[in-house]
Amino acid sequence: MSSEVLRGRWGYASVTDKIADLVLRRRTHWLWALGFGIAGTLTLVFLGGIVWLFAVGVGIWGVNIPVAWGFAIVNFVWWIGIGHAGTFISAFLLLLRQKWRNSINRFAEAMTLFAAGIAGMWPILHLGRPWFFYWLVPYPDVMNVWPQWRSPLVWDFFAISTYLTVSLLFWYVGLIPDLATLRDRAHGVWRRMIYGFLALGWRGEARHWARFETAYLLLAGLAAPLVISVHSIVSLDFAIGNTPGYHSTIFPPYFVAGALFCGFAMVLVIAIPMRRFLRLEDFITIRHLDNAAKILLATGLLVAYGYGMEVFTAFYSGDEYEIAIALDRMKGFYAPVYWTLICLNVVVPQILWWRRARRSVATLFAVGILVNIGMWLERFMIVESSLAHDFLPSAWRPFIPTGWDWAMLAGSVGLFALFFLAFVRLLPALSIFEMRELVEEEKEGEVA
Amino acid sequence: MSALYGVMAELADEKALLAAAREARDAGWSGVEAYSPFPVEGLAETLAPRASRLPFFVLLFGIFGGAAGYFLQWYTAVISYPINVGGRPLHSWPEFIPVTFETTVLFAALAAVIGMIAGNGLPRLRHPLFDAPHFDLATRNRFFLCLRGDAPRFDEERARGFLESLRPIRVIEVAA
Repeated sequence: MSSEVLRGRWGYASVTDKIADLVLRRRTHWLWALGFGIAGTLTLVFLGGIVWLFAVGVGIWGVNIPVAWGFAIVNFVWWIGIGHAGTFISAFLLLLRQKWRNSINRFAEAMTLFAAGIAGMWPILHLGRPWFFYWLVPYPDVMNVWPQWRSPLVWDFFAISTYLTVSLLFWYVGLIPDLATLRDRAHGVWRRMIYGFLALGWRGEARHWARFETAYLLLAGLAAPLVISVHSIVSLDFAIGNTPGYHSTIFPPYFVAGALFCGFAMVLVIAIPMRRFLRLEDFITIRHLDNAAKILLATGLLVAYGYGMEVFTAFYSGDEYEIAIALDRMKGFYAPVYWTLICLNVVVPQILWWRRARRSVATLFAVGILVNIGMWLERFMIVESSLAHDFLPSAWRPFIPTGWDWAMLAGSVGLFALFFLAFVRLLPALSIFEMRELVEEEKEGEVA
Repeated sequence: MSALYGVMAELADEKALLAAAREARDAGWSGVEAYSPFPVEGLAETLAPRASRLPFFVLLFGIFGGAAGYFLQWYTAVISYPINVGGRPLHSWPEFIPVTFETTVLFAALAAVIGMIAGNGLPRLRHPLFDAPHFDLATRNRFFLCLRGDAPRFDEERARGFLESLRPIRVIEVAA
């Protein structure tokens, strides 16, 4: 009796060939080419926006005083949140010995890497003078000035760059044995050379494997608290400030829960079409989708608790500015955004209590898309509504995005899709050696 | 010195490889290497009972990274570039913790990866085994046990005889 983590009868050879051949033998499908074309076009829009931004300045966006943090910050927080699920899956689920993780960790890590990379671009674009971003780096400069270590913006720089580096290392280390498989199965000279170069000459010797597993486990142990730290520090960008609606101790856990919520929604949005187009239904089974949906539901409840506590704390504090912002979110200019996000993030995921919904691919895909939109709106809500409605009524002025704001948001989604589509063509979308391990475990299960 | 890297048996599954490695150990062979497409539990312990030093190395670098990160902040904020913000202490340690944490993780993670790669003698793009027939299956579905030719008291005939006794798919000679 085999579990539902792997369907069908797969052996070491067939599972290797199946995943490796998606990269090495499979012809380019017209749908892939179409997607790549659309994503490429959007990427050009993004690049065009960046060029125009650098040429003209941040005035092309809707930002002004009092709302100087526009879409750039919203998109930054949103993307970095999406970039949390991958490392969570790889690190926490590895430490917890969840074997269903083996079939989804690779592409979730890739998703994390691309999302975190795109996230990292936004704060730089957000700077009025982006060419000075390197001032965040502590180096002995001729001005004799050092970064201000008491600023969460400097912490952010360290957190994001560490997170990107560690995610890349984690992803690459996991890829080494699979790159060796591609090297050994590729036909063309160039492919063998490139994959061979990247595989570093991996041979799979027993002592090498032992050291590899030790390093992998250590990386997981290091990445697990890192994931939690990154969004916590992002939330401190807000919570350290005294702006009403920002200044709250619930922010770090609330942001981390939101990040995992949004990240797992993105895992579903990517996994569902991918398993279908690449015929991976045997590897990414309904069981995987069901588990991801349960995590989505759990983190969604944490997020809902966060919304509740935000309002409760505002009133419990008795602080008139906090109360005013809490009411303004529900009844003010941004009320439609507030109620939409409550609907998408709190009401919609409740459907996942039903087993039938968790096992329906179409429902999960729809929930994934809706939660991603809802989480973007939540980030928008937090960033904009507080700034637009601070202490002095004479300073109140809502933020209204411009066409460039929307174009660059869409462009960044295009860039993400472009990276991901290139990834599934060039590298194994699932971890081949961990799938072989899964085959071995399933075999053991049958004998026992 | 023989012009031989070693003699190698090609085996069908992980149980055969583990059993072969145990037999080789019990028969007193030295210079035994085992190759598999995924980590086989117990194999490395059979061939090399000594624990890896990697975790200690990672710990060391983590401590170094944290200390270096904290020192950087202390030195710049207290000695090199002190700014008086409303008379608050220059050495405001609680606000130095986030960056200290990040540099700890960064150094430890780099140490884990670099230590793993260097400890495994990689990158090594050319290796005698890559020229051996069938060895490309070591990253797919075959398992190999190799007796190194440069081991003391290595004898090709005896090695061949021992590997044949394991009932392998075939025995392969690996040129140096």
